[in-house]
Amino acid sequence: MIHSLFLVNASGDIFLEKHWKSVVSRSVCDYFFEALERATEPENVPPVIPTPHHYLINVLRHRIYFVAVIQSEVPPLFVIEFLHRVVDTFQDYFGVCTEAAIKDNVVVVYELLEEMLDNGFPLATESNILKELIKPPTILRTVVNTITGSTNVGEQLPTGQLSVVPWRRTGVKYTNNEAYFDVIEEIDAIIDKSGSTITAEIQGVIDACVKLTGMPDLTLSFMNPRLLDDVSFHPCVRFKRWEAERILSFIPPDGNFRLLSYHVSSQNLVAIPVYVKHNISFREGSSQGRFELTLGPKQTMGKAVESVLVSSQLPRGVLNANLNPSQGTYTFDPVTKLLSWDVGKINPQKLPSLKGSMSLQAGASKPDENPTINIQFKIQQLAISGLKVNRLDMYGEKYKPFKGIKYMTKAGKFQVRT
Amino acid sequence: MLNHCFLCRNEDLKEMLESSKESLKLEAMKRIVGLIAKGKNASELFPAVVKNVASKNIELKKLVYVYLVRYAEEQQDLALLSISTFQRALKDPNQLIRASALRVLSSIRVPIIVPIMMLSIKEASTDLSPYVRKTAAHAIQKLYSLDPDQKEHLIEVIEKLLKDKSTLVAGSVVMAFEEVCPDRIDLIHKNYRKLCNLLVDVEEWGQVVIIHMLTRYARTQFVSPWREDAVFDENSEKAFYDSEEERRVDQSKPYIMDPDHRLLLRNTKPLLQSRNTAVVMAVSQLYWHLAPKHELSIITKSLVRLLRSHREVQYIVLQNIATMSIQRKGMFEPFMKSFYVRSTDATHIKTLKLEILTNLANEANISTILREFQTYVKSQDKAFAAATIQAIGRCATNISEVTDTCLNGLVLLLSNRDETVVAESVVVIKKLLQTQPSQHSDIIKHMAKLFDNITVSMARASILWLMGEYCEHVPKIAPDVLRKMAKTFTSEEDIVKLQTVNLAAKLYLTNSKQTKLLTQYILNLGKYDQSYDIRDRTRFIRQLIVPNEKSGALSKYARRILMAPKPAPVLQSAFKDRDRFQLGTLSHSLNSQANGYLELSDWPAVAPDQSVRIVEVVEPAGAPVFGKSKPGKSDEKFYSDSEEEEEEEEEGSSSEDSSSSSSSEESESESESEENSDDSNKSSSSQSDSEKKKKTLKNKKLQQQKPDSKDRYWSHAVTKFFLMHIVLSFSNQFVANCRCSLLCLYVFLVCQFDTVSWHVRVSLQASSPVFVPETSRELLHRMTGKGLSAQYRFTRQPCIYGNSMVSLQLTLSNSSDQALENIHISEKSSTGRDIHRFNASGGLRPQASVTVSMGVDFNDSTQAANFQLCTKEDEFSVSIQPAVGELLLPITMSEADFTKEQTILSLCSEIVVFPLN
Repeated sequence: MIHSLFLVNASGDIFLEKHWKSVVSRSVCDYFFEALERATEPENVPPVIPTPHHYLINVLRHRIYFVAVIQSEVPPLFVIEFLHRVVDTFQDYFGVCTEAAIKDNVVVVYELLEEMLDNGFPLATESNILKELIKPPTILRTVVNTITGSTNVGEQLPTGQLSVVPWRRTGVKYTNNEAYFDVIEEIDAIIDKSGSTITAEIQGVIDACVKLTGMPDLTLSFMNPRLLDDVSFHPCVRFKRWEAERILSFIPPDGNFRLLSYHVSSQNLVAIPVYVKHNISFREGSSQGRFELTLGPKQTMGKAVESVLVSSQLPRGVLNANLNPSQGTYTFDPVTKLLSWDVGKINPQKLPSLKGSMSLQAGASKPDENPTINIQFKIQQLAISGLKVNRLDMYGEKYKPFKGIKYMTKAGKFQVRT
Repeated sequence: MLNHCFLCRNEDLKEMLESSKESLKLEAMKRIVGLIAKGKNASELFPAVVKNVASKNIELKKLVYVYLVRYAEEQQDLALLSISTFQRALKDPNQLIRASALRVLSSIRVPIIVPIMMLSIKEASTDLSPYVRKTAAHAIQKLYSLDPDQKEHLIEVIEKLLKDKSTLVAGSVVMAFEEVCPDRIDLIHKNYRKLCNLLVDVEEWGQVVIIHMLTRYARTQFVSPWREDAVFDENSEKAFYDSEEERRVDQSKPYIMDPDHRLLLRNTKPLLQSRNTAVVMAVSQLYWHLAPKHELSIITKSLVRLLRSHREVQYIVLQNIATMSIQRKGMFEPFMKSFYVRSTDATHIKTLKLEILTNLANEANISTILREFQTYVKSQDKAFAAATIQAIGRCATNISEVTDTCLNGLVLLLSNRDETVVAESVVVIKKLLQTQPSQHSDIIKHMAKLFDNITVSMARASILWLMGEYCEHVPKIAPDVLRKMAKTFTSEEDIVKLQTVNLAAKLYLTNSKQTKLLTQYILNLGKYDQSYDIRDRTRFIRQLIVPNEKSGALSKYARRILMAPKPAPVLQSAFKDRDRFQLGTLSHSLNSQANGYLELSDWPAVAPDQSVRIVEVVEPAGAPVFGKSKPGKSDEKFYSDSEEEEEEEEEGSSSEDSSSSSSSEESESESESEENSDDSNKSSSSQSDSEKKKKTLKNKKLQQQKPDSKDRYWSHAVTKFFLMHIVLSFSNQFVANCRCSLLCLYVFLVCQFDTVSWHVRVSLQASSPVFVPETSRELLHRMTGKGLSAQYRFTRQPCIYGNSMVSLQLTLSNSSDQALENIHISEKSSTGRDIHRFNASGGLRPQASVTVSMGVDFNDSTQAANFQLCTKEDEFSVSIQPAVGELLLPITMSEADFTKEQTILSLCSEIVVFPLN
């Protein structure tokens, strides 16, 4: 399966290599570098690259390419999914997944990679098991380790790997028992020039942070489970129970995990919480263009729209933009032609706007397309689909846990065509 | 100098490794691992490092392992020093240490230790711990890649491990199977049903591998569900039974899915909800390759869901959807909007989405799609805009209604500022014009005008070709274009030069008066061109069109050759031929066969023998529960219960369930429960005995599956059914767990009145008894029996001797001091009960005992069965009085089903319902 792994940074240097079978020379990455050179954008590197003797499958996360070397037929998603798991694990361990963090923790990285694959086949990928095997580095532990000479490697042998609930470690103890669930919904939408919705859908996830002693067995039920059209579960969720009763019943992993992701059925009309009024125009023969943008709240169920960020890739002919925001700050990068406007909170009484002019390259003809506007926003305490958690119960343990549910709506891929 | 420094540092590391301080050693190892990670060579430290292989410090040891695995291949002799440590560790009482020793030992790629590896693998494959067995499965692949000659031995180990019932092992051993002997499909037969049933609980990576293997397996073992004449409709229960009835009546044999085939589809379906995208994709491809066409739609949503995932995942999923959407538009049409392109998508994602949208286009949605395409054409990403134009061209040829609209749209694009857009339009227009040239001479003229401004060679070549091909439609312009080309000929690209030569030749044939000289000039230029392709073409054309004494008969046909009507190109998807590869594979993604790609075979015309999958003998409960997990035992118990529940519910809910497959499930779960209850005193003979019973039962059920038209069923059955349910509280623990999960395990016991057959509704599956008491009751005391004593117990297994019989186990022992001969049951039994006698045993030596099984038909009453137990000399009257519970058959059903049955049955006076509590 996975033969070797190379980590390549944005400037094209290999800064880490790991082999699970016999060593593959790093020159195999030359094919990858070729593809990298050909690609106009970092994202445009094809995920699967054939070479005469190997196949390279890469993923790009946090501006690092994770290049896996394959020698024979294997489902490509298998490798891609695994590589993303690796990145998630690094992020989980080091907080960030950057070149610096990986270099600083190279021993832990190596130990992790060693445990995650055996002979190229995934062995332990559950975060709970890995944390039993290799303790994540903390500042305190690093200090203690250097003084006492003790180690990151767990002294106990991991039992989770052997249990029938492999995602949960055994012997968990907390003084404060708490279980928090975040219902986060994202709106993906394409709005056309005239402001009508071309496509809009809601995708949601329930992220959990569960710190409960022992082996709790939780059930979570919804007021309106019919809203959920398509769901995917963490392995801990009992599928049959969901099928029969639409109740989530599970023994949770310890710590943070994604319990569920769902798609709200497309029959339901999606409420679009913001609208954009825009007037972006270039006149023929003039080196000036007009730019006007106004944002306003639409269907927000009385909640405030916060952390609004507008970004747009302006046409290549634009040299500079001279704009005036009514609130927030804007930046324009003349090299990448990326305009971004950090709006903040939308005040319904005084709508935020960004107005001004763009200067075009002299002599260049008028760009024939208008830029697309991408919008990000957040609305606290609202699940835009109307999904509501009914109750959360715990069985199997005696204590009373603190429970909390939080709702949030965010923009996913929210685009306005102009 | 640098080299010197490096050596110095290595010296320094060596010193640290040889020091007595653990912390120094650890520090040194960490730095060495840093070197390895950077790809620097640290092999010369091998002797110093290998000494620490037996260190007590776990982290140090692990780092040494990392080093060892990396460099052992290069330093084979020195690596041997470490082997004994691992061999010792292989005997460690701790399973995790055994496993890690085997892991490292098998990772050391030193050919000389192959025999040691082989031995360790064999030993580990029978280890009590499933974790060690899993490691053994991994080691198989390592050894195979090191020494392929070991194949035969390794296959033996694989065969053994395939029988393993642990979910931990399943994925890894199938992986080994795929790598070592993927062609030995015969090894799978016996394990097929088990693998299907375990699948949900296997870890996600194993699931992917197993699903792919089972896809291949199923394609060799089952007949195609895609038959044209298949009247089979899953959604209507009735049709299912009708068709089955039909089969019985007139043998016309409409398609009936093999129950094992159905089992696979059913058990993989829940995995569509997995969070692991590879699993979802694996199930999708399984459905694509194995499921009846009308069931395919369930994978659509899941695949569309994956499009929310990372860019790379999208890429692969879109590729697969592209292939699917060619064959089955309907699947993805409702989700068309999910494939709309966003400006932030990567180019290859955009192109794939475009491909899919084009595949989905039909008369109904073409206007929506074209409107969407209009925005794409304006995209800043010019490569994408060009691809959109191609797509418009394809829509135009495929859907004749919009051809004109598209063509007009494309002509408008000819005035676009961007060159790539114009060029692409020209190329596409050229293809479109070929279908109906006569109506569009004005477009050709328009393109001739544009010719001077176009620099992209492909577009120039296309225009030249159009001119030549349709020179009769533009008789004035074509020679002029040729004139211009003669001027610039030398500076053109090869492809343009070739088309110029073509144009010249065609004009020469149609309009030689005006173009004769121009043609000769161009042919002369071509003759001395640098490219031999062009020189060749020139020579060929000259011979063909210019008549001279050497040119043979061919030049007579020059006009017919060059001006032959050419069929319009068929614009088709680039994914058209990808369906030759199994979906979801690397080969499919690359559109070329990857190393080690395993071909998916075509369906067999006639299904191979189904009985090969019937499991005859379950191995004695050898696969043990490991001792280590004692504290967690309650969870384990709990989990296995819920597993059973899952299976049961599934049975209840799937109405088209066929009983033979489910009974195999039962035997599976049963043997597992046997494992759990750990019946050490059960002799293996009695087990295989009970196994045999199960098998016969299975066969019977197959025979007796009756059409389930409701009326008929009830007219037969209502009066004969006697339904009750009892909750058995096996242990407090279980009850507690039941409460936890809020899913109670209902055990229904159905008693049969009818001696002919049991009318088991399909949803009522006989399940295995959850609890079988070990206590025996006395039948004959040794004092009354003159030394012969007999004890009986109810085995609670379906009786193999008859449907209406209850099976009993009789233990006969001889406590006298003489051998007892010819023990049997007398032929005439006093109460007229139908008794299946045990085979007269030859003799019973003093102090010996023997266990035999027999069947008694109690006629559904609790009255005692009386009969004579005979020896050679004596005859003893004995009687067996059954408790009511022993006459019942355990049935599992969902709660909903139960309530339904209860309401129906409550109309009937003969029903006794024992309330649950």
